[in-house]
Amino acid sequence: MKSFLLPEFLVERDENRCIQCKVCITQCGFETHYFDEELGRVMHKEERCVGCQRCAVFCPTNALIIRPHPWNLRPHANWTKERYYDLTKQAETGGVILVGSGTDKPHRIYWDHIVLNASQVTNPSIDPLREPMELRTYLGSKPDALEIKDGELETELPPQVKLETPILFSALSFGAISYQAQESLARAAKEVGILFNTGEGGLPQSLKEYGKYAIVQCASGRFGVDLDYLENSAMIEIKIGQGAKPGIGGHLPGEKVSEIVSRTRMIPKGTDAISPAPQHDIYSIEDLSTLIYALKEATNYKKPVAVKIAAVHNSAAIATGIVRAGADVVVLDGLRGGTGAAPKIIRDNVGIPIELAIAAVDTRLREEGIRNRASVIAAGGIRCSADVIKAIALGADAVYIGTAALVAMGCTLCQKCYTGICNWGICTQDPKLAKRLNPDITTERLVNLVKAWSNEIKEMLGGMGINSVESLRGNRLQLRGIGLADWELKVLGIKGAGE
Amino acid sequence: MKMIYPREEVCIACRYCEIYCAIEHSRSKDPVKTFKMESPQPLPRITLMEEGALSFSLQCRHCKEPDCAYACITGAMYKDKESGVVIHDPNRCIGCWTCILACTKGSIRRDESKRVAVKCDLCTHLEVPACVANCPNGALLYLEAV
Repeated sequence: MKSFLLPEFLVERDENRCIQCKVCITQCGFETHYFDEELGRVMHKEERCVGCQRCAVFCPTNALIIRPHPWNLRPHANWTKERYYDLTKQAETGGVILVGSGTDKPHRIYWDHIVLNASQVTNPSIDPLREPMELRTYLGSKPDALEIKDGELETELPPQVKLETPILFSALSFGAISYQAQESLARAAKEVGILFNTGEGGLPQSLKEYGKYAIVQCASGRFGVDLDYLENSAMIEIKIGQGAKPGIGGHLPGEKVSEIVSRTRMIPKGTDAISPAPQHDIYSIEDLSTLIYALKEATNYKKPVAVKIAAVHNSAAIATGIVRAGADVVVLDGLRGGTGAAPKIIRDNVGIPIELAIAAVDTRLREEGIRNRASVIAAGGIRCSADVIKAIALGADAVYIGTAALVAMGCTLCQKCYTGICNWGICTQDPKLAKRLNPDITTERLVNLVKAWSNEIKEMLGGMGINSVESLRGNRLQLRGIGLADWELKVLGIKGAGE
Repeated sequence: MKMIYPREEVCIACRYCEIYCAIEHSRSKDPVKTFKMESPQPLPRITLMEEGALSFSLQCRHCKEPDCAYACITGAMYKDKESGVVIHDPNRCIGCWTCILACTKGSIRRDESKRVAVKCDLCTHLEVPACVANCPNGALLYLEAV
């Protein structure tokens, strides 16, 4: 069938600058560029380009510009270029459109409608360069009260995990991402004193030494889960849902199940790794409780157990159920969370923004007097340190960063994660592409990101006259809304600016 | 002496080492001019070896016992006693390619246009050789020889 689709991107090569060095050819895993022997010069096939910018970044003479194809259809507010593209693609293939990364739709980003407070006259601001500033955060269930006798703590504390800064790396599974990418996340987490998350892909034997910094996920496919895996961890996370695709399972294609992925996931090499949409032993809060306590029992009550859900309409009620089921940590993953592969229609239309979910859950847990019984981690679309601090002021204990960490590693959000080809060496098992990530360099990039954000968080805390992130948690008086409707302010539990 | 050590596990076969070697050994030292204006074109003195996912760049190992220097019939190839660098003097080279035959590493190239051998000079005029300085993935290290 003749395709009616034009290429998504244009490759513009400045022939005055192109030195025919062929770097673009070596760097494109989609084989966009090629050398034409007859013409004696580098040429390209635009229809293969995904717009990842690898060639443009690596071109030694900046001879390449990759930009969206203008596609000069008559402008139409309803039948947009994207609608036309998807319709045509489906007419030609009959398939569900797959996509990677978080939604690119302009759902309201509440972070950009919330502003922070600062101290002026009546209370002093703090200079973090001169005075101590505490970002250390402990995740885990906190007792209702503490008993102290003769200066010693009598109450037995439930297991806690220590974070040097309230940031964690989101679940990114080995199998989806390359070994080098997981190694980088693990090493960076160790260096800055935070945690990384194995996703549902298990932890390779050769990365076992990083278990102390790992949140090990127990998801619906149960890949890589055994007693060693659970015991060699900082925390266990039961994954119920993911912000990018609430209600949808996972599917790692067999081509990505290499020898080491197969050993780590404990499935035969080359077979598809299918994670069912629900966990088939969890159809109720009672079932969830059974799994939580099974995992606690297996690890002698030494590890906090987290439950991760996608932020959906009734998250607050679900969260109380999760806490009452015995979880030590509730993880909320918002509408803008990322993925390696999801149906586009799901990614762009299902779930609620994380800002609203944090506020709703924190409010509900406080109302029920059980907020201390679990920590709350927010995930899904945390883009900068201001988002982190706003999430904490809304009621989160810490945040997961996934896409931000990927970008630090080199990801350019081309959204082609599901193809198994990643020119940046992140979301691939092709050994030639995966070695593009040098874990020494990538670890440094991740460490730099976390340090930079931590410094910025200290600056913002100092400005508010607060010297510990603990004092900001749920302190919504430090926030004001701009351009928000009454119902939005009410859900967020914040006042409008000037109020 | 310091030496260049390739790390095949992070070599991405981009050929930056070859490109920046040629630029460093050009007249203009400008990437566009080097490849678009200079004639004859300067040759890289480093070669990317590639087979499937395996790749690394190969350059002169500046051997303790350099077979190329022993084989050279004009004395164009010699080991500098002080620095330990195996140096090639194109003015004395007659293009007999005996050094190429003798080199067990395959690190010497022919410059057909000038009919002389070319090989890595370790960029002794720079603090760090151009290939190492420009490698985008840390796949070339410049370390004290072991």
